[in-house]
Amino acid sequence: MFWLAPFLLFQLQQPLDIPAANPHTTAADIEQGRRLYMGRCAGCHGPTGDGGKGANLASPTLSRAAEDRALYRIIRYGIPDTEMPGSLMDSLELWQTAAFVRSLGRVAVTPVTGNAANGAQIFRTKGACLGCHAMGAEGGRTGPPLAGIGGRRSATHLRAKIENPAADVPHTFRLVTLTTKAGKTLRGIRLNEDTFSIQLRDFSGNPHSVWKDEIAQFSSEKKTNMPAYKGRLTEAELNDLVAYLANEKGAQ
Amino acid sequence: MRLALLLFALPAFAQVTHQRLLNAEKEPGNWLTYSGNFAGHRFSPLKQINDQNVAKLTPAWVYQSNSLQKFETTPLVVDGVMYITEAPSHVTALDTRTGRTLWRYRRTMPDDVRVCCGQVNRGVAILGDMVYVGTIDSHLVALDSKTGAVRWDVAVADNKTGHSITVAPLAVKDKIIIGIAGGEYGIRGFLDAYDARTGKLAWRFWTVPAAGDPEAKTWAGDSYKRGSAATWVTGAYDPETNLLYWGTGNPGPDWNGEVRAGDNLYSDCLIALDLDTGKLKWHFQFTPHDVHDWDATEVPVLVNAEFRGQPRKLLLFPNRNAFYYVLDRTTGQFLLGKPYAKQTWAKGLDDSGRPIRIPGTSPTVEGTPVWPSVAGANNWYSPSYSPDTKYLYVAAREAGSIYYFGKADFKPGEQFNGGGFKAIPGEEDWGAIRAFRPATGEVAWEYKMFTPPYSGVLSTAGNLVFGATAEGQIFALNAATGKPLWRFQGGGTVRSNPISYMSDGKQYVAMTMGNSLYVFHLQ
Ligand code: HEC
Ligand code: HEC
Repeated sequence: MFWLAPFLLFQLQQPLDIPAANPHTTAADIEQGRRLYMGRCAGCHGPTGDGGKGANLASPTLSRAAEDRALYRIIRYGIPDTEMPGSLMDSLELWQTAAFVRSLGRVAVTPVTGNAANGAQIFRTKGACLGCHAMGAEGGRTGPPLAGIGGRRSATHLRAKIENPAADVPHTFRLVTLTTKAGKTLRGIRLNEDTFSIQLRDFSGNPHSVWKDEIAQFSSEKKTNMPAYKGRLTEAELNDLVAYLANEKGAQ
Repeated sequence: MRLALLLFALPAFAQVTHQRLLNAEKEPGNWLTYSGNFAGHRFSPLKQINDQNVAKLTPAWVYQSNSLQKFETTPLVVDGVMYITEAPSHVTALDTRTGRTLWRYRRTMPDDVRVCCGQVNRGVAILGDMVYVGTIDSHLVALDSKTGAVRWDVAVADNKTGHSITVAPLAVKDKIIIGIAGGEYGIRGFLDAYDARTGKLAWRFWTVPAAGDPEAKTWAGDSYKRGSAATWVTGAYDPETNLLYWGTGNPGPDWNGEVRAGDNLYSDCLIALDLDTGKLKWHFQFTPHDVHDWDATEVPVLVNAEFRGQPRKLLLFPNRNAFYYVLDRTTGQFLLGKPYAKQTWAKGLDDSGRPIRIPGTSPTVEGTPVWPSVAGANNWYSPSYSPDTKYLYVAAREAGSIYYFGKADFKPGEQFNGGGFKAIPGEEDWGAIRAFRPATGEVAWEYKMFTPPYSGVLSTAGNLVFGATAEGQIFALNAATGKPLWRFQGGGTVRSNPISYMSDGKQYVAMTMGNSLYVFHLQ
């Protein structure tokens, strides 16, 4: 979220000449790339590239990085306004990491097996996801909009999130309850916060902003209010829902 | 008529002599040097704005920069004219009451400028009737303070090799002292003094040795050749010792220490140089063999105070490495050092002030989490010392980083980092303004901030401390108690240090916030 945007001390230098094809793709390069990837990327993209909060990298084609040069640029500079950060590796290390990322696309990944059309129904009916999430023109405001979610998160991550949302709550997510000195009580999801004030959206979708020195009681929990769906939906329904969301690439 | 006006105007624009700079306290309406005085105090003796009325502070005017780069300048104010720098290396003279531009010096930069951290500039120096600016393409330029016309322009170094200048110069006696940036490019660091009138180089002190120098033994092999130790933050000067006190930056490459075993002198040091000759009188190294990029480029604060019952000439230094240091500034003797923010890299300091490192805190390929963060517990953000409260105020940053080890192949003009860093997932970083008792490092009070700041502090005789947040607010605290008294949302991350001045009998407080310079007064 915006108040925690990385204040990069370092500005990444503009590229001088980036070759079109990866010049460093030997087995030794891929092995070194694996070490770099495990330290810097696996936390978001998963050790096999498919289990992360980050996009699925275990794919023969990457939508933003069809060419090697584009892949190099993404690893170096990140994707602006997303969680994908840039990195300060030198050019050999960047190429080695890129070589390893490409190798991820050559291993078979567990295919998404569900029925997406069915999943779309569950999303609207039994799952009642629309009550909290917007999908295009329809839906609620409590949770984040899910248009394009399949381009941002892997199927594995989506499944884990739906089954047990509490296991991986975003770093900046807070459920806030506060009572002002004037006696008004507010409950909702934090939108923004600084030293002097806090902004939140209540469960009717209305935004509020409160000065901290006008607050009498305050609690802020890193706890999601999204229900866990493991047990609530059958295995087959979960598969279908994941298939629907994983294919929801949205306008990019 | 014209002539009469000119004659009338003349006395107001008196020459800024060294004598005036020495006695900056005697003209509190002006802000004559980067830190307000040579001792690095960033203290204003003005008290028209004070703890009783600061709640009514409002903007008098706002100047929007023409540049969208980071706006880090400390304005200087001389007799009704304010001099600021704008990225990359422009100088603008403003009227202090209206904010209207009097003149501007523009400098065109080449397309492929090599800088680690933005084409920034932190301000000018003034001496006689000239204003001095260091430029991103590594020149030192003297401008006519009344017109902005170039009087002289000398090349300090070459930007093609990653040298740049971001520091505000310091004008002392007849010299302009200027440091260099480029610590991420494996440069050979130095500090220069130029003749203020002619621009002729008076001396150069190399912060990294040459072959055969005794300090070369503190670098494995010929690694000193890429040793960095830049000098990118304005230092302090003591007329009694005639010494210049200046901090030096990280050794190169930043995070790969394997290629440069040894203490790596004079990286991460405080160096004390004779002003006239540039000869080293003493040095103190805070972080020998640094592998976390903890430049000792903070502003040294010179204070005469009792230390363990003895009156002493002290040098106070809240370091980026999260330790607070007190040195004897005549001899360089280490007197005291202790953590002032969370740190996980040293068990403490030994009797000589050398850190006792905790094993396993060096960067690795997989990443090593360490506190403080790469931006440090403090950075170039100025501290402030108030002779009234006798507190040292510091904008402290509570954050860690994950540090990566990487390869380090040197190519001139390309970044030479040997690794990298990222935020520690799930950690809640925060910040605080802390008031320290200088001689003991005890915290008298603390004011908490939601996130770590990227800006420094100003204290004033009005019993106030001004500081700012990463979310764009400037605020005032009671200097004695830390109680918050006033705040204003300026709308962009604050990356600068505040000042105060007086014009036509009115006190103003000025600070850049986001891409604008805000100037506040009591209506
Ligand atoms: C903090 C989490 C995070 C880290 C660390 C991270 N990424 Fe990403 N990455 C993301 C996210 C999120 C996206 C999807 C961005 C979007 O489109 O919203 C992404 C997108 C990408 C893409 C584009 C995928 C496509 O389909 O085109 C590539 C390639 C990539 N990352 C590679 C890497 C590599 C290599 C590293 C390590 C050097 C890395 N990432 C580190 C979160 C991360
Ligand atoms: C009571 C409200 C609520 C309901 C019902 C709900 N969610 Fe959520 N959901 C949230 C909130 C709040 C978040 C953000 C906090 C978090 O990640 O836990 C969230 C987050 C998510 C995310 C992560 C989004 C991202 O950017 O990573 C996904 C995916 C998701 N929900 C899917 C679903 C699906 C599918 C359903 C229906 C089966 C559903 N949610 C039902 C409230 C809800």
